Amino acid sequence: MSEPAATTAPGDARGRGVAVQMLDMKRSYGSVQALVGLSIEMAPGELVALLGPSGCGKTTALRALAGLDDLDSGRILVDGRDISNVPANKRDMGMVFQAYSLFPNMTARDNVAYGLLLRGVDTATRRRRAGEMLELVGLETQVDKYPHQMSGGQQQRVALARALAIEPTVLLLDEPLSALDAKVRRQLREEIRRIQIMVGTTTLFVTHDQEEALALGDRVGVMSAGRLEQIARPTELYDRPATRFVAEFVGLTNRVAGTARDGRVAVLGTSLPLLEGSDATGSVTALIRPESVRLSAEPGAANHVVAVSFLGSLSRAQVQLPSGELVVAQMAAADVADLAPGTAVRVTVLPAPVFAVAP
Amino acid sequence: MDAVAPAAPDRSDTGASSGGTGARGSRHLGDYAGVVPFFVYIGLFLLLPTLIVVVGAFQANDGSPTLSNVESVLTEQAFLAAFGRSIWLSVVTALLGAVLGGLLAWAVASGDPNGRLRPIIVAASGVLAQFGGVMLAFAFLATFGFNGLVTLLLRDSLGVDPQESAGWLYGMNGLAVVYTYFQIPLMLIVFLPAFDALRREWRDASESLGGSSWTYWRHIAGPILAPSFLGALLLLFANALSAYATAAALISQGSPIVPLQISTALTSEVVLGQANVGKALALAMILVVAVVMTLYALIQRRASRWAK
Amino acid sequence: MTATRGSGQTRQRVARAAIILLIGGYLLLPMFAMLDFSTRGPGGSRTLDSFIAIGSNRDLLEGIFNSLATAVLTVMGMLLLLVPTMTWTIVRVPRMRRVVEFLCLLPLAIPAIVLVVGIAPVYRGVTFLFGGSALTLVFIDIILVLPFAYRALDGALRSIDVATLADAGRSLGASWPRVIRQIIVPNIRPGILSASVLAVALVLGEFTISSLLNFDTLQVTINLIGKRDAFISVAVCLAALTFAFVLIYAIAAFGSADQRRRQVAKEDE
Repeated sequence: MSEPAATTAPGDARGRGVAVQMLDMKRSYGSVQALVGLSIEMAPGELVALLGPSGCGKTTALRALAGLDDLDSGRILVDGRDISNVPANKRDMGMVFQAYSLFPNMTARDNVAYGLLLRGVDTATRRRRAGEMLELVGLETQVDKYPHQMSGGQQQRVALARALAIEPTVLLLDEPLSALDAKVRRQLREEIRRIQIMVGTTTLFVTHDQEEALALGDRVGVMSAGRLEQIARPTELYDRPATRFVAEFVGLTNRVAGTARDGRVAVLGTSLPLLEGSDATGSVTALIRPESVRLSAEPGAANHVVAVSFLGSLSRAQVQLPSGELVVAQMAAADVADLAPGTAVRVTVLPAPVFAVAP
Repeated sequence: MDAVAPAAPDRSDTGASSGGTGARGSRHLGDYAGVVPFFVYIGLFLLLPTLIVVVGAFQANDGSPTLSNVESVLTEQAFLAAFGRSIWLSVVTALLGAVLGGLLAWAVASGDPNGRLRPIIVAASGVLAQFGGVMLAFAFLATFGFNGLVTLLLRDSLGVDPQESAGWLYGMNGLAVVYTYFQIPLMLIVFLPAFDALRREWRDASESLGGSSWTYWRHIAGPILAPSFLGALLLLFANALSAYATAAALISQGSPIVPLQISTALTSEVVLGQANVGKALALAMILVVAVVMTLYALIQRRASRWAK
Repeated sequence: MTATRGSGQTRQRVARAAIILLIGGYLLLPMFAMLDFSTRGPGGSRTLDSFIAIGSNRDLLEGIFNSLATAVLTVMGMLLLLVPTMTWTIVRVPRMRRVVEFLCLLPLAIPAIVLVVGIAPVYRGVTFLFGGSALTLVFIDIILVLPFAYRALDGALRSIDVATLADAGRSLGASWPRVIRQIIVPNIRPGILSASVLAVALVLGEFTISSLLNFDTLQVTINLIGKRDAFISVAVCLAALTFAFVLIYAIAAFGSADQRRRQVAKEDE
């Protein structure tokens, strides 16, 4: 599991960040509704991660903020000013795309300097500033290379440098890591966050990878079918999902049958408090996190271990209940060591609140 | 880790049809057997004729080696004039075709890639570009010839004498117009893929960085398209230079351009000693076209280097 | 409603429409003129007589037959020559791939008018072996088609992993002819279709070599008859062009529908 998100208060760094408000954005393409009244407010210097499956509208929202796509209705305010009708090339926002966005006919330096060229900055200053930005992203040795001579990770760093070179009011990242290898992705993720905190620009980061979103965001917004399901700090999203979608989409879940009554649910032999928004009565399916499930060897118990996966510091064990349901428990590797497949175990659940949905 | 690595798959071939083991990259003689038919065919029907032309250019009628053919080609007024006209024709129609075809390519590329207009235009271009000069010559005769649609319209509405309004078609200017007519579709076919290679992200990135349409074309799309444009221009040039059918259909008197000179030399047995001069002309043509096509290939390779 | 993209896009749309109308109009004008020309009847009337006359003109029918037959033979010969050779170079002798590519593109540098000068002696041999029919043009037509066919087939071959497919087939016991026929060919159908259509168009439009070698193909007959009766010639031209257009458009539409079907299948995974 990744480390908790950096806990710097937004706007700490250099105060360059501005507040952004997206109000009631609506957009349809023919019969498909891409955005259904989306509203998000971003504090100065904050990094908001927008998370959701393909087609949920997160990229549409980002592009609307950038001005690259129109909205049917809704408003966008940056630093208090309504920029809804300002064309994209006047919005002064830096954007990093998923891939292929570097101009192939220019070196890294020229790519980064392009925005400055457009603003009439003189050659010497341009070159110097571009060099500084490339140094910021760790590519001072690649300044004169062309995109096709660089790896995917390097290209995305250049793209980031290019976006930051113009000192944008808002930084927009459209799944910048999705096209990269897993290892490069993790490295670059940390760097992006470090740089963003240092520079202090308000940032919107779109991704379909929850690990990324939870690791990076000051707050994470989960989207589905054009609407915002929940926007909150990562820990809150994880521990207290507000809707069924969020509960099922974020993190791993066990789906176990239980009975709900009076704000609690009876499941796996104990009674757990229900989270708001759950289905509150009768037969329900409780969504329980693997790390909340505990196993201990108990000869003669009705539950049996079916499989064990060793993951380094953790292990996951799959257990079959008498009802036939399968439950996954996640514990420290040492605690699972003697729970080989076939072992009879007792299943207990930590008393944290859970979400329940109709079966 | 002490795991036993699986043995590399044994590549010995049990098939009877090919000789030797089949490990890819090995250079057993049997492997080359597969390409022999191809080489024989090419050798017989492409390389041999070319050789005959090249060798024949340096042969007198009795077979003895001579430079007189080449000399005639390079010095005689008739030939030089023909070269001049051929090159003028090719340059002009290549430029016109490249510019107009380029505009058309842009118009088609910026439209809906899944719409119905695009395949229609691409298919029509394929037909017009490849389909042979004779039919296009007749098409133009039907339009601008002495009995052509436009000629008759001009006569009936403005009282213009057909002799005046149509005569140009049968000369060099007529050739230029008809050539341009098939250069435009050829340009579309050759240049359109270059537009498809322009990624949308580049336009978006330029805009988000503050660029306008003009700056996008000037700094990004223009430089990226330039090599393909140049390459296409060269291709159009070579195409016009070697075209024969249109001229054969339109021009009934004389041989103003090189391909017609070649055909005259080939078919006229009246003038003795001309047969190998035709070969010398052909040789000259090969050299020019070969140079142009080599440049084209080099430019193509350079352009594709960026499109990774 | 935000309007950040509005004005720029309208301007673009107007420019596009203007260009397509103007240039497209220029390209369509002669087609239209041909239609007018070929349907002219006595006294300013409209008639399809010229088209009907095609059916009774022996020379034309002979030319049409010769060209169509040669086109079919060319397609077959081109595929027979290229598909096995190209597959072989990919799987067995990759270093020959460059050589084959060069040779296939060479005809672009040796124009037909030049080729015909040197081909006469070779064709004396051909006529000796195969007779004097116009269909013997297939040998030289295949050469003319090579650059275009190669590009189409190469594109298709690059889009599938030929080496792995061939290996898979061979390891299951298939002989080379089977591998090519049953494994490679079905997977490069778009390329084969494209190459074939280009070949047909080229053969139907070929004039230079046919006329200088004195064979009666479609174009040669059109040209000959054109001197006597322009109306029929123009009618045939129009018919041939329309035929080629329908053919190319149908194949392209079929090809992209096929592509879309495959894409949808992939996304369903």
